[in-house]
Amino acid sequence: MVQVRIWGSLAAATEGQTEVEIKAGTLRELLDGLAEKYPGLRPQLKRGVSVAIDGRIYNDSWFQPIQPDSEVVLLARLKGG
Amino acid sequence: MALDSKSDTQTRDFKVVGTRPNRPDGIDKVTGRARFGADITAPGMLIGRVLRSPHAHARIVSIDTSQAEALAGVRAVVTSADFNKIEDDDFTADILDNCMASEKAMYDGHAVAAVAASSEAIAKRALKLITVEYEVLPHVTDVDAAITADAPVLHEGRTDETVPAGMSGNVISRFEFGHGDIEAGLAAADKVLERSYKTEATHQGYIEPHACMASMGPDGQADLWCCTQGHYMVRNTCAAIFGMEQGQLRVTASEIGGGFGGKTTVFLEPVALALSRKSGRPVKMVMSRSEVLRATGPTASSSVDIRLGMTKDGRITGARAELRYQGGAYPGSPVEFGSMSAFAPYDLEHVKTVGWDIVTNRPKQAAYRAPGAPMAAFAVESAIDELAKGFGLDPLEVRLKNAAREGTKSSYGVTYPAIGLEATLRKAKDHPHWTAPLGPNQGRGVACGFWFNFGGDTCVSLNITPDGTVTVSEGNPDIGGSRASMSMMAAEELGIPYEKVRTIVADTGSLGQNEVTDGSRVTFAVGLATIEAARAAKREMCRRAALVWGIDEEAVEWIDGAAQPAGPNAGDHPPMTLAEIAATASNTGGPIAGHHEANPEGAGVSFATHMVDTEVDPDTGAVKILRYTVFQDAGKAVHPAYVEGQFQGGAVQGIGWALNEEYIYGEDGVLQNAGFLDYRIPVASDLPMIDTVILEIPNPGHPYGVRGVGETSIVPPLAAIANSVSESAGVRMAQLPMSPPKVLAAMQSK
Repeated sequence: MVQVRIWGSLAAATEGQTEVEIKAGTLRELLDGLAEKYPGLRPQLKRGVSVAIDGRIYNDSWFQPIQPDSEVVLLARLKGG
Repeated sequence: MALDSKSDTQTRDFKVVGTRPNRPDGIDKVTGRARFGADITAPGMLIGRVLRSPHAHARIVSIDTSQAEALAGVRAVVTSADFNKIEDDDFTADILDNCMASEKAMYDGHAVAAVAASSEAIAKRALKLITVEYEVLPHVTDVDAAITADAPVLHEGRTDETVPAGMSGNVISRFEFGHGDIEAGLAAADKVLERSYKTEATHQGYIEPHACMASMGPDGQADLWCCTQGHYMVRNTCAAIFGMEQGQLRVTASEIGGGFGGKTTVFLEPVALALSRKSGRPVKMVMSRSEVLRATGPTASSSVDIRLGMTKDGRITGARAELRYQGGAYPGSPVEFGSMSAFAPYDLEHVKTVGWDIVTNRPKQAAYRAPGAPMAAFAVESAIDELAKGFGLDPLEVRLKNAAREGTKSSYGVTYPAIGLEATLRKAKDHPHWTAPLGPNQGRGVACGFWFNFGGDTCVSLNITPDGTVTVSEGNPDIGGSRASMSMMAAEELGIPYEKVRTIVADTGSLGQNEVTDGSRVTFAVGLATIEAARAAKREMCRRAALVWGIDEEAVEWIDGAAQPAGPNAGDHPPMTLAEIAATASNTGGPIAGHHEANPEGAGVSFATHMVDTEVDPDTGAVKILRYTVFQDAGKAVHPAYVEGQFQGGAVQGIGWALNEEYIYGEDGVLQNAGFLDYRIPVASDLPMIDTVILEIPNPGHPYGVRGVGETSIVPPLAAIANSVSESAGVRMAQLPMSPPKVLAAMQSK
């Protein structure tokens, strides 16, 4: 299980929690797990998210490993100029 | 094969990286040989022009194009009826609707029809023959007015699930970040500052207007040449709009005369393709400056409320920001990035930001360097400065006291790895600028800024030519010196002179998918791919040398541009240079190349501190920038002159944003200053030389330690200048731009 920190305005979809537990060993499993456990997150997941794993930000790498003690933070999908 | 690359970026002895060779595009650009978007031509080419709405908000009742179509020389007229309706993809549907209005004109300048004719004069005459019947609707252009109960609602049903019930339909999304207990934090302060700040929309102000030429054949294959920050994005977006297979649309990027985020989407390209499809001829379209300002993306305007608590000794005890950004007529203002970045430079126990994405009757915003962050930094850094100075504290010391460091839990939730904010602050404090004397009506301001940076899909192909020179193909338009930087990294890795490498920007048919030139990603991600492509070529060259020498390839290593035998059993062979290996490539297995395709992630975040001196004319309110110094971490500056250019460019754009630039709308919702005479960007005579201090704290996510630098430099200037002008003028400036009438009025009201 990994602890996932989500931003505040998504807490309505996670029963008010800003930290949730998901069984995941990779980024893909994490995103799938979030969508399955918290269907209310699906609209945001569809719009796009980035995920910070131990301080590094990932946008797309499904198979990026996540360790059980990793810090995992869900972020709005990053864009740049 | 053993490589001479050292994994420790801090100890590597660079030979090419870090030098300042001449830019490869320099002669072309100063002699006019470089081909920009408007320079592309083709036999039989038509000229396309766009008819734009004169209304800020109007239902399109009907469009009669019959007279235009009957005009001699007109080959095609298109309206939204010539495009497929996109049902299941709001993002692409909004892009298309912005390119060609369907049911409603959403802002002054919104495209409603376009013609292709044999000359520009005929095209312009044809536009006058198109009759559009509008039902003019109430409009709103101000971000705060747009969320009032009586504001006209632009769209029905676009509000997402994050927005509480009962709010205006112009509120699209809500974002909330932070941690701790804000009220408890504020209660622990010796003083709590509550202040509101506003910034106006500003345009990216690139010198080259949007331009493209499209050619679509009856077989469904199409070619597009355009000025863009991302021709793969253009391909994919246009393919989606037209229902084409991506492989059937080849897009070639021209030289680019600036973009700064504003060329990360499409405006003319789908229209030119539609006109070409209808006319059967190539169609070129070039925007006027007025069209650029009226109809391409400025950044968002903002309205921000801050509550910030501080102790007498400068510790921030609690911080809250409520940010409202309008991103024009479609969802997607960068308020989430403003909300995430607002307090990112600081180590705060109690912090919260709430962001609201709001639509108004203005052109669809486009990204602008660190989208969303400068406006948030303006508010936060102004508030910190006001409290610090109110307590008589050194504003740099206050920032150092609260600075985020390795291990800090950031306001957007991530715990930082090693970061460079503190280093920029200490450099600033030690710099002679900080203690230089000031005269009457002069002030000094500082501010910090943060940006995320990212990587993304990237492909590089590196080819060894028979004579031993090297060509590198990348898929990202060179907007900030990437051809020089890629050539330098390839030369560094191969151990050959920079002059032996030429880098080109390949079309979409030549490489796999490449992310847009944005997010400060190119030197990081394309550089990483270039290094890996060079390493692949080195492996192959070592293998070829091993074949010639008749030894195991593991017994060959690459040192100083040559394959050399290594180890006790390798034998005694003279080194084989890259050129020698290339000369016999046909005999040893054929052409030699290296390539790398990846989605490099792990770009390091970036921080900067800016320091600026200003002088205010007490009679006119005019502000003069006296001195400006940028302190920023580059990880590793591949070509320091380009890095300095990025630092200086961000500062200058910030100066324009802070002092003069703004979209001015009349009561009728029509843009009043759609030209560079009335929309005033800074020119050289307005500016001192911008001084730069490059810090090099290696990014562990890149082989050479590179960190993106293109965006962070525009984050601190708004606040740094406001803090300086507030000191010069003796009154806190909380609204941008600080143009002479506004500064004068503020001084007179104090």
